[in-house]
Amino acid sequence: MNRRINAFMMAMALGLSALAPSSAVAQAEAAPAAANAQEAPAAAEASNAATPVPAYEYSRPVQGVGMPREGEVYFQEQVSPTGRYAYWMHTWILMPVITVISLFVLALLLWVVVRYRRAANPVASRTSHNTAIEIAWTLIPVIILVAIAVPSIKLLAAQFKPAPKEALTVKVTGYQWYWGYEYVDNGIGEYVSNMLTPEQAAARGEPRLLGADNRLVLPVGVPIKLIITAADVIHSFSVPAFWVKEDAVPGRLNEKTFTIEKPGVYYGVCSELCGARHGFMPIAVEAVSPEKFAQWVKSQGGTMKGEAEAAAPAAAAPAAAAPAAAEPAAATNAAAPAANATAS
Amino acid sequence: MSTTTADDFHGAHAHDHHDADHKPGFFARWFMSTNHKDIGTLYLIFAIIAGVIGGAISGLMRYELREPGIQFLQLWAQYSDGSGATIDQAYHLWNVLITAHGLIMVFFMVMPAIIGGFGNWFVPIMIGAPDMAFPRMNNISFWLLIPAFLLLLGSTFVPGGTGNGAGVGWTVYAPLSTSGSAGPAVDMAILSLHIAGASSILGAVNFITTIFNMRAPGMTLHKMPLFVWSVLVTAFLLLLALPVLAAAITMLLTDRNFGTVFYDAAGGGDPVLYQHLFWFFGHPEVYIMILPGFGIVSQIVSTFSRKPVFGYLGMAYAMVAIGVVGFIVWAHHMFTTGMTANVKMYFTAATMVIAVPTGVKIFSWVATMWGGSLSFKTPMIWALGFIFMFTVGGVTGVVLANGGIDDNLHDTYYVVAHFHYVLSLGAVFSLFAGFYYWFPKMSGRMYSEFLGQLHFWVFFLGVNILFFPMHFLGMSGMQRRVPDYTDALAYWNGIATHGYEIMAVGVGIWFVNIIYTFVAGKKAEGNPWGEGATTLEWTLSSPPPYHQFETLPVIDDNGHH
Repeated sequence: MNRRINAFMMAMALGLSALAPSSAVAQAEAAPAAANAQEAPAAAEASNAATPVPAYEYSRPVQGVGMPREGEVYFQEQVSPTGRYAYWMHTWILMPVITVISLFVLALLLWVVVRYRRAANPVASRTSHNTAIEIAWTLIPVIILVAIAVPSIKLLAAQFKPAPKEALTVKVTGYQWYWGYEYVDNGIGEYVSNMLTPEQAAARGEPRLLGADNRLVLPVGVPIKLIITAADVIHSFSVPAFWVKEDAVPGRLNEKTFTIEKPGVYYGVCSELCGARHGFMPIAVEAVSPEKFAQWVKSQGGTMKGEAEAAAPAAAAPAAAAPAAAEPAAATNAAAPAANATAS
Repeated sequence: MSTTTADDFHGAHAHDHHDADHKPGFFARWFMSTNHKDIGTLYLIFAIIAGVIGGAISGLMRYELREPGIQFLQLWAQYSDGSGATIDQAYHLWNVLITAHGLIMVFFMVMPAIIGGFGNWFVPIMIGAPDMAFPRMNNISFWLLIPAFLLLLGSTFVPGGTGNGAGVGWTVYAPLSTSGSAGPAVDMAILSLHIAGASSILGAVNFITTIFNMRAPGMTLHKMPLFVWSVLVTAFLLLLALPVLAAAITMLLTDRNFGTVFYDAAGGGDPVLYQHLFWFFGHPEVYIMILPGFGIVSQIVSTFSRKPVFGYLGMAYAMVAIGVVGFIVWAHHMFTTGMTANVKMYFTAATMVIAVPTGVKIFSWVATMWGGSLSFKTPMIWALGFIFMFTVGGVTGVVLANGGIDDNLHDTYYVVAHFHYVLSLGAVFSLFAGFYYWFPKMSGRMYSEFLGQLHFWVFFLGVNILFFPMHFLGMSGMQRRVPDYTDALAYWNGIATHGYEIMAVGVGIWFVNIIYTFVAGKKAEGNPWGEGATTLEWTLSSPPPYHQFETLPVIDDNGHH
């Protein structure tokens, strides 16, 4: 079931894997990432060409964490503050309320079935009104609902709390049928994320249908602001372990803010019917420490916020030309949603 | 004619003019019918055929989902896409199956059965009317459904984008249904919905007119049986909601074929506009499917408890309240589309309000039984099953109503579990309850009580094993509308497929029971249920004469609740 293998050969530097789209999920338009050639940070990177860029290795997922578990009957463990609050609310308010109500109705039904069966009660009463009890069973549910509404509104307020200035902004774009991630703060142009084939997933120790070739790499402990949109039809970005789900709508820029508290690999799936391969465009999030995140940014040729200003004026960019030449197709891909957004 | 002693309102006058049981010849009777009972029968037969097709489609889906990986889809795709179907065509076929299952069960099974079938049969009788107000319009309402259904079925065999058929889900969201689905399949499906919608609107007009104008002397609105109330509220929902759907899908059609951009952001439109319009129809639609079920259950609980319905006015106005509030909660289907905090808070609060009148109904049914003298004939156990299962489906609705909680559960199998509990265990249980309650009246013969009870228990077991594990799948993170899933989800998916098998056996028992009834069923009396059955249909023979109430019944002050 787990499809673990002993030889875990991962070690693909992300920059390389981005240039090599997975051939098995062959999609003409799934060409590799567009590193925006005009971006200053790319130029800055080029000036440091003498220093070798440290390679970045993806972490290995832990079985049962950030993904569905065999025979599981409840939510995935939550690793964001809003997720933990929602989990708490569901566990300690909603579940008890709905369980008690269901059992209460069941008990009432069993009681009348036993007590008022024809053998036990041959003559029916003619009672058909009782104002007091009718008021009671109208008002008591109202009180219960208000009790639910209070934490529910609180949860919504927390989920909609605007991202602070230091938040990391990442643009997420849904395509038929893969995701594109662009780190606008770090000068990392859009790269695409395709599902791994079952064989690749097994080789990398990742769950079938959930593993992706290029992950969405995010730092823990830093507020994340995702700007979510789509290029063709509606998709939906979701990561159950963060309690996050937001539709990717062409022509709209949806915003979702959350903070990840624990490093790890967390999987999600496209959650809006988007055509034939709707079930085959997973989301794989790699949550890492800020230091490791900086290392990853560097390996992608990007810069951390603040560094950019210092390094920007540096030399022209012969190195930037190489990746830029490789992907005219992807560049048009990336341009499409932007055009939509402007149009709306 | 077979006059019985129960035929109080008819027998004395029947011989004065003409034979009330004179029926036209076969073709004229069944193809040109204007008789509400015959049209009701046609609706029921149609709904059973559509239900078998829609149910078989869900069987195909459960079979494919039994284990991880794609086992059968590519094989089946050959039948719609020709031999050598690609894997993408197979995936597309999956989307065609979910679309067809949803549309067939909603528009061609539940609605025709519960409104067209039972509504046509019993609304005129229960209010003491000889027929519907517009018998010819009634005829066209039914016959519009046939081309609508054929269009939908036919769309499976014409191109719809990646493969043949409309693979857009029953919600037909743009832009998947516009730029995302080339070919005539989606156009055919849209036209099918237009025609089915027109059929329902005509039916709604007919019911409203009939109920307002054709009640027997003394049958005031506040004396109408609750089933009639439920159909009245439902008819208003249909009348107000369906034109909005018609507008929404007309704009889809023009976006697809005539270059408009209502739902295309690149031209200044908005895909989310479609969702608002669709769910403004779609949410009342779920009450359209369940309200008549409420009415049926009220009649049955009262009959088999030998008591009038507890809190009659509260029950009637709870349905009105559900109908009204049902129109202002639609966007809880769209919590993840990117709405603002305030809008999400409003729709959270408004949605939860619906639990209040629904609770009134549940408790009133229990109170009706309280102090009663209960007998557990087949219709009653289906009604009891309905009350409990609908409660379970209702409370998960309260969970989903919370916009913040929905951020995790939206578009997962938890939602699939929720709406199948209120529809497949709610509306369908009420349909079976109504079927067993009225089948002796409609057919003139008694079904097998043993087979009826066996049908209930097998079906009850089956649907619970089928749908309850879907809550777990959804909370674990399994999204809706996918033919394959990650291996860890295999356990509960396997269990669910076994549940389907058990349920299918239950449906088989039902068919055996129907055959038994026609072959060997005892003749049914006018009132087989005894003193608890107080509504007017039980004063007629079983089956009722071809034309009833040529002399209108007069309703006394004691009331027929």
